[in-house]
Amino acid sequence: MLQIRIHGRGGQGVVTAAEMLSIAAFLQGKYSQAFPSFGSERTGAPVVSFCRISDREIRLREPIMEPDAIIIQDPTLLHQVDVFGGLKLAGHVLINTSHSFDKLGIADIISERRLERMCTLPANELAMKYVGRPMPNAVLLGGFAALTGIIKLEFVAAAVREKFSGKVAEGNIAAATAAYDLIQQKIREKVHA
Amino acid sequence: MLKQCEGSHAVASAVAMCRPEVICAYPISPQTHIVEGLGEMVKSGKLAPCEFINVESEFAAMSVAIGASAAGARSYTATASQGLLFMVEAVYNASGLGLPIVMTVANRAIGAPINIWNDHSDSMSQRDCGWIQLFAENNQEALDLHIQAFRLGEELSLPVMVCMDGFILTHAYERVDMPTQEQVDAYLPPFVPRQILDPAEPVSIGAMVGPEAFTEVRYLAHAKQMQALELIPQHAAEFQKIFGRDSGGLVRPYRCEDAETIVVALGSVLGTLKDTIDEMRDAGHKIGVLGIVSFRPFPLQAIREVLKDAKRVVVLEKSLAVGIGGIVSTDVRMALSGLHLHGYTVIAGLGGRAITKASLHKMLQQAMRDELEHVTFLDLDHNLVKRHLEREKQKRRSGPMAENILRDVGVVAARIA
Repeated sequence: MLQIRIHGRGGQGVVTAAEMLSIAAFLQGKYSQAFPSFGSERTGAPVVSFCRISDREIRLREPIMEPDAIIIQDPTLLHQVDVFGGLKLAGHVLINTSHSFDKLGIADIISERRLERMCTLPANELAMKYVGRPMPNAVLLGGFAALTGIIKLEFVAAAVREKFSGKVAEGNIAAATAAYDLIQQKIREKVHA
Repeated sequence: MLKQCEGSHAVASAVAMCRPEVICAYPISPQTHIVEGLGEMVKSGKLAPCEFINVESEFAAMSVAIGASAAGARSYTATASQGLLFMVEAVYNASGLGLPIVMTVANRAIGAPINIWNDHSDSMSQRDCGWIQLFAENNQEALDLHIQAFRLGEELSLPVMVCMDGFILTHAYERVDMPTQEQVDAYLPPFVPRQILDPAEPVSIGAMVGPEAFTEVRYLAHAKQMQALELIPQHAAEFQKIFGRDSGGLVRPYRCEDAETIVVALGSVLGTLKDTIDEMRDAGHKIGVLGIVSFRPFPLQAIREVLKDAKRVVVLEKSLAVGIGGIVSTDVRMALSGLHLHGYTVIAGLGGRAITKASLHKMLQQAMRDELEHVTFLDLDHNLVKRHLEREKQKRRSGPMAENILRDVGVVAARIA
């Protein structure tokens, strides 16, 4: 079973991201479960959502405390919330930022981990370009597909279409595809570096 | 058809396929996406002829459901927490009058202190109200139990509460097998009321009954629930024939054969418990879990049958009977009357506290060594409690409990679980 934790702020579609991820995994033939960290949601407040993906029925209902992967939708959370808490040493990390790990001040945390499994992605910028709104959730899922190989891009696109329609859906899919390509390129560079 | 969707959406779809005629609900918190989804379906005409009545309170929601059901309409509503408490007087009337309303309770805690998260305090407070109470383990079962609830309730002319864990199930996306309208129609016949307010054949419903017959009318309420004990397994068997799924029934034992220790629980925590029990079985422990689906009527016989050969029983419940301990465990003990085995009550998951496998392992290991307190609060922070008690000892004007404890806990926004 793979466990993914998504960190962001209220209004960034953190819960929807986990739901879309679970739909993508379902369409890919897996069992999956998505749920939010429950609370009185407020715009801007730290929000966590969770997604489990498995070949077998998922019965477990506890929050994800030892994730195989984390997606951070807002880098300002890095020094506010223990986003890396419990992350497996070989786990994947995807952060929405146009800065480098060094500039984010987390070079120490990153250095002890597998470099090809850590990536930054300017998801807000891509969302602005393709959707016209800084909504990073679907974009990050495109990047996540490239980074982890857990889900295929085509199923991310199908999941986006289940949640959104028309221009918004197509814009998000274009942005997710661009993110996919960008992350693939970044990983290639890292492997050859 | 397999579908990946939110629990609330799954239940709304199931209720829609049951062809309700009146849905009444108070749309403001505590409420779920269930009635929101149904409201949209009514508005789009998809549910015609069904009327959605937006009421001014939960008390009105149940009152309207009573009126609609008495007029012969298949009636549905949903609530939770404080909302359930606000409708209590009408809740008792619905069952006392024998009106087969179906209501989802998306289980949540009851204040004070104010808390919006999951536990079973709300429906447990209504355990003696005369409604049938069924508890769902996952979203598939929540969906299935609603279909069975209409059938069961209308057969007996009794209202049914389908209890599903608020947030943990209502807000969770997971796979469900969505039935077809044909399957639901084959299982659930049109509503033929046992009693109806009909101008063509005028009767009154709701007479005042004095000491000469009150006991008999109340006895009948009990007798009907005893009939439900027989009908529930039958209905589950018929459900399996049409839908191909084993869903509902009175109780659900899991790995209880030869088990020396059996955990009893209700609702979604059964999933986490099953994963824990699998790991403990792999480590060689003889342990199992018994899920109770039907809490009212309480299946004394079926429970005794599963538990009678165990050495110890741990009842894990998301509710607290202040002043004694457990609610479910008191009933389970009644099922075990005359049997000599160790009994433990574990209060867990109150107000949304996560019940983790790690905590369950630790608690069950203690239970197997018979070192568990008879009433145990899982993951209780004893220091916090001590600090407050100390404060009360030191100072007469020690201040409000909740506020004091929160100050001691500090900021929690940065926490994950």
